[in-house]
Amino acid sequence: MNILLAVIGLGILCLLLEIASVRKAIVPLSIAGLLGVLVMVAEQFGRVESHYNDMIVSNPFSVGFSGLFVVLTLFIIILSGEFYKDKTSKISDFISIKIFLLAGSIAMVMFGNLAMFFIGIEVLSIALYVLAASDRLSLRSNEAGMKYFLMGSFASGIILFGICLIYGATGSFNVAEIHELSRSGLIPEWFSIGLVMLLVGMLFKVAAAPFHFWAPDVYEGSPTMVTATMSTLSKVVAIAALYKLVNELNADISVAMQMIIAIVAGASMTVGNVMALKQDNVKRMLAFSGISHAGYMLMILLTTETTGAILLYYTAAYALAGIAAFAVILHVTRNGENESVSLFRGLGKSNPLMALILTASFISMAGIPVFAGFFAKFMLFTATIEGGYLAVVLIAVINSIISVGYYFKLVLAMYTQEGGERRSVPVSYMVVALAAILLNVAIGLFPSLVVDLLN
Amino acid sequence: MNVTLILIILLIGAIATWLSGDKAAPKVALLGGLASFVATLMLVIDAQNGNDITFLVEWINKPVVYFALEGDGLTLVMLLLTTALTPLIILSGFGSGFSNARSLYALVLFMAFAMSGTFMAADGLLYYIFWELSLIPIYFIALLWGNGDPEERKKAVVKFFIYTFGGSLFMLTAFAYLYHKAGNFMITDLSRLNLTDQEQFWIFLAFFLAYAIKIPLIPFHTWQAAVYQKAPTVGTMLLSGIMLKMGLYSVIRWQIQIAPTAAQQHGKWLIAIGIAGVLYGSILALRQKDLKRLMAYSSLAHVGLIAAACYTLTVDGLNGAVLQMVAHGFVVVGLFFAAEIIYRRYQTDEIVAMGGIRPLTPKFTSMFLILVLASVALPSTFNFVGEFMVLYSLAQVDLVFAIVGGLTVILGAFYMLRMFQNVMLGETNSKPFADVSFQEGLVMVIIIGVLLFFGFYPKPILNLLTPSITEILTRINRFG
Repeated sequence: MNILLAVIGLGILCLLLEIASVRKAIVPLSIAGLLGVLVMVAEQFGRVESHYNDMIVSNPFSVGFSGLFVVLTLFIIILSGEFYKDKTSKISDFISIKIFLLAGSIAMVMFGNLAMFFIGIEVLSIALYVLAASDRLSLRSNEAGMKYFLMGSFASGIILFGICLIYGATGSFNVAEIHELSRSGLIPEWFSIGLVMLLVGMLFKVAAAPFHFWAPDVYEGSPTMVTATMSTLSKVVAIAALYKLVNELNADISVAMQMIIAIVAGASMTVGNVMALKQDNVKRMLAFSGISHAGYMLMILLTTETTGAILLYYTAAYALAGIAAFAVILHVTRNGENESVSLFRGLGKSNPLMALILTASFISMAGIPVFAGFFAKFMLFTATIEGGYLAVVLIAVINSIISVGYYFKLVLAMYTQEGGERRSVPVSYMVVALAAILLNVAIGLFPSLVVDLLN
Repeated sequence: MNVTLILIILLIGAIATWLSGDKAAPKVALLGGLASFVATLMLVIDAQNGNDITFLVEWINKPVVYFALEGDGLTLVMLLLTTALTPLIILSGFGSGFSNARSLYALVLFMAFAMSGTFMAADGLLYYIFWELSLIPIYFIALLWGNGDPEERKKAVVKFFIYTFGGSLFMLTAFAYLYHKAGNFMITDLSRLNLTDQEQFWIFLAFFLAYAIKIPLIPFHTWQAAVYQKAPTVGTMLLSGIMLKMGLYSVIRWQIQIAPTAAQQHGKWLIAIGIAGVLYGSILALRQKDLKRLMAYSSLAHVGLIAAACYTLTVDGLNGAVLQMVAHGFVVVGLFFAAEIIYRRYQTDEIVAMGGIRPLTPKFTSMFLILVLASVALPSTFNFVGEFMVLYSLAQVDLVFAIVGGLTVILGAFYMLRMFQNVMLGETNSKPFADVSFQEGLVMVIIIGVLLFFGFYPKPILNLLTPSITEILTRINRFG
């Protein structure tokens, strides 16, 4: 509870600092504030509490994910400080919106009541709509914002409809009560319909096939900083919320539902990976890569036991690699008109460290040891096999092979082609890239660090 | 003292090499390689004295993964091969004048580290991690320091990477399934599982994909020749000398131990595939115009025979296979080095552009000839011992295999000697050929020394090897 309040307070403080016209203090202050929040998260660990009539429930799962979100936001804010350097007049907007986005994210994993969940998802989504269109003089950014808003509000509508049906079937918004009722078996059919609608809406938010069409366009059009936020933080939030919804609303997830998820997961992986092979724009490529990762992460819903720890590990591995990759991409595409692969030519020579970090983060995403991405995939595969879905694992394996094709396209461009002049790397990009990839390696070498949090 | 020592030395060596300047890097790397070899020798002595050199500590508690390292005879022989070849390979690169040498030599040592780890690991996941880890350095070595047209090289290397990575992922799936059954990854537990025939078949197949691509066996060999040709010779030596032995070693250590019934049931098919590779490789080698490609196909033929021996599941077959792995490792490194020595002087791999070198450099000619003869398994060379045992074990399974396999010796002699004739003999070449330098000579002499010494006296290796092979076979035959 305190975590959520602190984050919202921090967001409001950023807006107030604007009024006090101390813009320079905004980024350092929010970094300090987020570090403080991180301490609060650490203190909250292991305690199970609920507030305001079960509106907000904090348990290891929600606190663990909140911790991850805070860390990611921290990185994103540090990157933003550099990214919006020449737009200082708007800096408070950019920063405070991102902090509100964090507040929405935390609400989306801490909810104990579907109303709270919906408020969370709306705070998150509206923040993202605004951010996508935040480069207001750019046509691409406006287009991205508009597209995302239209499609996203549709999805929100479907989610709301689903929540209504569930309320109609159970007479409650309270997750714990719905859970009890769903086990009793005496529940009208439209409960399942509501659940499927929730699922559809959330699949849209995680950009899983066949609800993924918005992602490439929006990722490409949005300012790169926003793309970084979407592909790391908001993807992770959506999948965590979906996991919590499916797990807590419906304890005995039915076979039919699992079949739907298995098909969606397989389709997402395949569509994402195959389409990514053809892309020349790095942001578009990562959008498709994100779609395929959404497919992998959906596999977690096919497992039988409580596997929140594996999901936390996967999302951490994926998001940390994503942040590291985007820090490099932000640097390389800084003055460019577009984000084509050709911009990365010769980076291996002109800036070996950045090239190394980008390579490492792609190796992690492709799932090659000793990076965290490998263990993430491995644990996921093991859990899915235990759930009895060997076929999905085989599809995932084949997709992992395909994914090497496009991840290494960029690596090849960096190391085997000439070009690109040497440019100094802004300190904050360097710090974030290094910190993120080192964290990735650290949890790769010692997976227990993360996995034990939820066990 | 335990086997981690080798890993630590190689890793520190790699880091030290990278930190030293481009000038000092080769020497630092050589020192690291030699230190690891000395450490291996000490470990062998230690193990012979009955000391425990294995290592075990829990690494991850969920899923249960141990940092477990093996130290039996089989592992020690493979480690000896790795750590003896690594300094030789490093030394062989001295005359090449690589740009950014510190990165190259650091990658070579790092690769030796990963490969040693693969040979030691007693825990499936740890083994898989080392197995995959060895792929990254060779990818960059071949990509960045290779020769020939960059576009073609890129294609060849990426194909190699995707092939091997893809194969390995099926192995990973098999491990995930086995973990689900056994609750951990230790080879001791995995080999004790009572799997049904069908389960064994699929696991066997998944492992086979990974190994058939790595070794390579037909029809998974298509990456090989192009990569051998395009990679720098240092990379080719690492690949052909040590890395493909990872596949063969894994057949013995993992595949046939975990799925013994499947190995017994389907072994004959795999022997047939191996033998088919022998014929295929030999026939293609006959037609090659490029020296490195010729050696690549000859290597394909040899490893086909070794793989066939692994699936005989007899003591002679496995012993012979391991001996042949070591012998082939040394010979192939020597042959590729000979090609490199010629390349340094003539800047070409085309056999047509060579010829008539013998009068210019008698020393090099005799060394090259010994290597060629060793490669065709002339008696008194190490390769003869291995090849004889391999063919003998094949004859025990089916005489046809032995006869067809024996054809390689003849075909091999034919194309290798014809190659030697075209490259070295004939009318004196008009281009000058500088005599071999001290380093070049040293590498060749050491390789030839090893081949001849063990050709006359293979007993030390056999003594080291036989107990562990017998133990593996006892485990396999517990059902039959």
